[in-house]
Amino acid sequence: MTTKRQHISAVVNGDPVDFLTEPGATLLDALRDDLGLTGSKEGCGSGDCGACSVILDGRLVCSCLVLAVEAEGRRVETIEGLADGSKLHPLQQKFLEHAALQCGFCTPGLLVAAKALLDVNPDPTESEARYWLAGNLCRCTGYDKVIRAVMDAAAELRQVRV
Amino acid sequence: MSDVLERPEAAPLDDGQLKVVGTRPIRPDGAEKVTGKAMYGADLAMPGQLVGKIKRSPHPHARIVSIDTRRAKALPGVKAVVTAADFPELANEEYEVGEGASNVRDLAMNVIARDKALYDGHAVAAVAATSSAIADEALALITVEYEVLPHVTDVEAAMAPDAPVLHDHLFTAGLAEKPSSPSNIAKRNELKRGDLGAGFAEADVVVEGRYTTAAVHQGYIEPHACVASFGADGQCQVWSSSQGQFMIRTYCAKVLGLESSDIRVTPAEIGGGFGGKTTVYLEPVALALSRQCGHPVKMVMTRDEVFRATGPTSGAVVEVKLGAKADGTIVAADVVLKYQAGAFPGSPVSPGTMTALACYDVPNFSIVGFDVVTNTPKVAAYRAPGAPISAFGVESAMDDLALKLGMDPIALREKNAVRDGVKAAYGPTFRNIGYVETLEAIKNHPHYAAPLGPNQGRGVAVGFWFNIGGESTAAVNLGEDGTAVVITGNPDIGGSRASMAMMAAEVLGLPVEKVRPIVADTASIGFSMLTGGSRTTFATGMAVTQAAQKIVEDLKRRAALLMDVAVDEVEFVNGAAVCRDPAKGKADLTIAQLAAKAAQTGGPIGAQVSLNAQGAGPGFGVHVCDVEVDPETGHVTVLRYTAAQDVGKAIHPSYVEGQIQGGVAQGVGWALNEEYIFDRSGRMENPGFLDYRVPVASDLPMIDAVLVEVANPRHPFGAKGVGEVPIVPPLAAVANAVRGAIGRRLTDLPLSPPKIRAAIDAG
Repeated sequence: MTTKRQHISAVVNGDPVDFLTEPGATLLDALRDDLGLTGSKEGCGSGDCGACSVILDGRLVCSCLVLAVEAEGRRVETIEGLADGSKLHPLQQKFLEHAALQCGFCTPGLLVAAKALLDVNPDPTESEARYWLAGNLCRCTGYDKVIRAVMDAAAELRQVRV
Repeated sequence: MSDVLERPEAAPLDDGQLKVVGTRPIRPDGAEKVTGKAMYGADLAMPGQLVGKIKRSPHPHARIVSIDTRRAKALPGVKAVVTAADFPELANEEYEVGEGASNVRDLAMNVIARDKALYDGHAVAAVAATSSAIADEALALITVEYEVLPHVTDVEAAMAPDAPVLHDHLFTAGLAEKPSSPSNIAKRNELKRGDLGAGFAEADVVVEGRYTTAAVHQGYIEPHACVASFGADGQCQVWSSSQGQFMIRTYCAKVLGLESSDIRVTPAEIGGGFGGKTTVYLEPVALALSRQCGHPVKMVMTRDEVFRATGPTSGAVVEVKLGAKADGTIVAADVVLKYQAGAFPGSPVSPGTMTALACYDVPNFSIVGFDVVTNTPKVAAYRAPGAPISAFGVESAMDDLALKLGMDPIALREKNAVRDGVKAAYGPTFRNIGYVETLEAIKNHPHYAAPLGPNQGRGVAVGFWFNIGGESTAAVNLGEDGTAVVITGNPDIGGSRASMAMMAAEVLGLPVEKVRPIVADTASIGFSMLTGGSRTTFATGMAVTQAAQKIVEDLKRRAALLMDVAVDEVEFVNGAAVCRDPAKGKADLTIAQLAAKAAQTGGPIGAQVSLNAQGAGPGFGVHVCDVEVDPETGHVTVLRYTAAQDVGKAIHPSYVEGQIQGGVAQGVGWALNEEYIFDRSGRMENPGFLDYRVPVASDLPMIDAVLVEVANPRHPFGAKGVGEVPIVPPLAAVANAVRGAIGRRLTDLPLSPPKIRAAIDAG
């Protein structure tokens, strides 16, 4: 049965947002249905595919496993916040250059997860990248070009830092 | 307009002249997809839309005695409730949409069960409500009275004479005499050549085996989704994720008894399909709900629904017997294929039989296939439908044959390889195939000679797929600045917008960035068969190329007018019209200059081509795989994988490599992890990505894709279809590698750790 909605205030991609949500709704539902941020995708609803990956207070999570009400007072980063205005993030640029996407459905989640990886480990080995991204299913690419793009973006970001 | 049906054979453009084709530009739809802006099936919201949901049978086989929807209809917020009674009863009719025919009556009964529920998850009723919670509550208020019937989910059990019969009207087709009683064997088909007995009598060495594969799902990450709106005037709009908007239109029209012109289908971005989105599940239901209440209705499947009620491909049993002379020449092959079709006839056993021996020139063979209905979801096409299963059996047996003969597995395949001029096992005579070249590419690859360590093994397997052409329409229109828009009717499932733009750019002499490819709705472009069968770059690409060529001809005519010279004095070079005679002193006219003066030379510049493309070149793949088996746990690690394939001509090599790498990954999953598991009550036990485990990034190494280019002269740039071949060899390549690592042959997929441990323990 429909229950009374809760008023939630959070910061999404640096901007303050307010929304009303049902107590059982997920953060993914709120992002997609209430805030119109449909870049985060629902592939499974059970935390197994990673298509809904977002960064919550600096930590990579599946937004389908977080209740919308849990976002109260917290910072959420989604795929829509990855680019700097109209300038693509190096990860996005490298995904394009390496043809690291085919259908593109898992791509937002992979990019957010890869960003979270490079935030904590700017110089991952291929194996570290593969294990970090093991929570993001891609059925099109066999991961080859995805991993190459992530490694290349990491290298570029390290140069930028230097 | 209708155009050339069959083009005369012409040599493809010389590679040295190509400026765009064969390069690796950034795909035109890329930025939208890396920024989260691309709109997939579940991303659209229409004003006033309702939430549609489906009530599904919990029984694998049950007669539907009654459905009481009164309490659901009375619930506030519920706007529509439908059952099969809201759909017309249809006659038996086969309809071809692009990758296999469908019987529309079966299709309609799969969309919503009529008299019987035939699998766990079969749709029986649907609701539309103002919220997801109310829709869920309404589903719970629908009472379905079932008479539960005995069920059968296993293919061989379903073939047994005493098996529960799914369809009283189903009598085995393809037998000499019509049987007297109904059966779950929908069809028997057979391919034969020579004298099998005489062939085996000649053989010095015989190998045989029985191989089994589990049902596996396409596993696209995007669940099925659509929004449908039925107007008060009968005009319908559907916005959905599929492999073909025209397929959606046709099937919705047939299932609902509507006219095609009353349905406009707009393709969403598609989040993977692999054949699984070549049919309808939700769209007719959403339209029926919308018809009842007048609101747009949005429906999105859960992952549980995707597993239980869509896809998968067949679980199967394959029996193979091969006979060869001591020098490796195969003299006889006997293959039996039993494929599960799911709840309605139509497994891919026919292409399974046709591809089983397609790589080999065998004088005496028999290939018999059985299409068998079971109380499992109706199978859908899955990447090279049927071929990976038969190849698993044949390529495992070939590996045993090589071992028994003491021959190198590539040498054995070279010895028996089909070549140009050889009549394929499935009928036609091969021309312009690159199979031997592909075998050589692997033989000469460093991977093939690399040393192996302890507990490691190397497997080789080959695969074949026909590839198809078919009906396509494309339009190319120039803007006033000389840039171009390419319009096609084929959803872009893995980069086809890029290949369309590149082929048009090549012909027009434009940089690819000046060509914008669009996938149009069914009212905005002529008919195209769906994206499937590895046909889009070949067939739709042919239409795009011809449309661009028409524009070039038109531009030459216009330039001649402006230059005041004869048309045959003008040629088109690098995007500009040039007068052949320099003495006349005519300045070149670029596309941009010609486009700016279009009004003076006849008006807007554009061309449309509709064709039925013939001459798709078949594809061959040769794969080599190294694995390491952990003898403690039975876990298999894929260490190295190299896949060579004849692709004709790679239009965009990166996306061709991507097709190969993706197909390999799916095949590795099929070999090692993936399977539908049914409990004793016939319910799927693992309808989620936790327990149905597709390969993840840490399961795989880099996958080396080797592109072999033996041009297809029937395509303007020499392209062959590439998307399907790569999933054919991996099942056997992995299994053969495991055989090499543990010294025992495993024949039952998936090669899960308990099976491998059991084999090691038995050794």
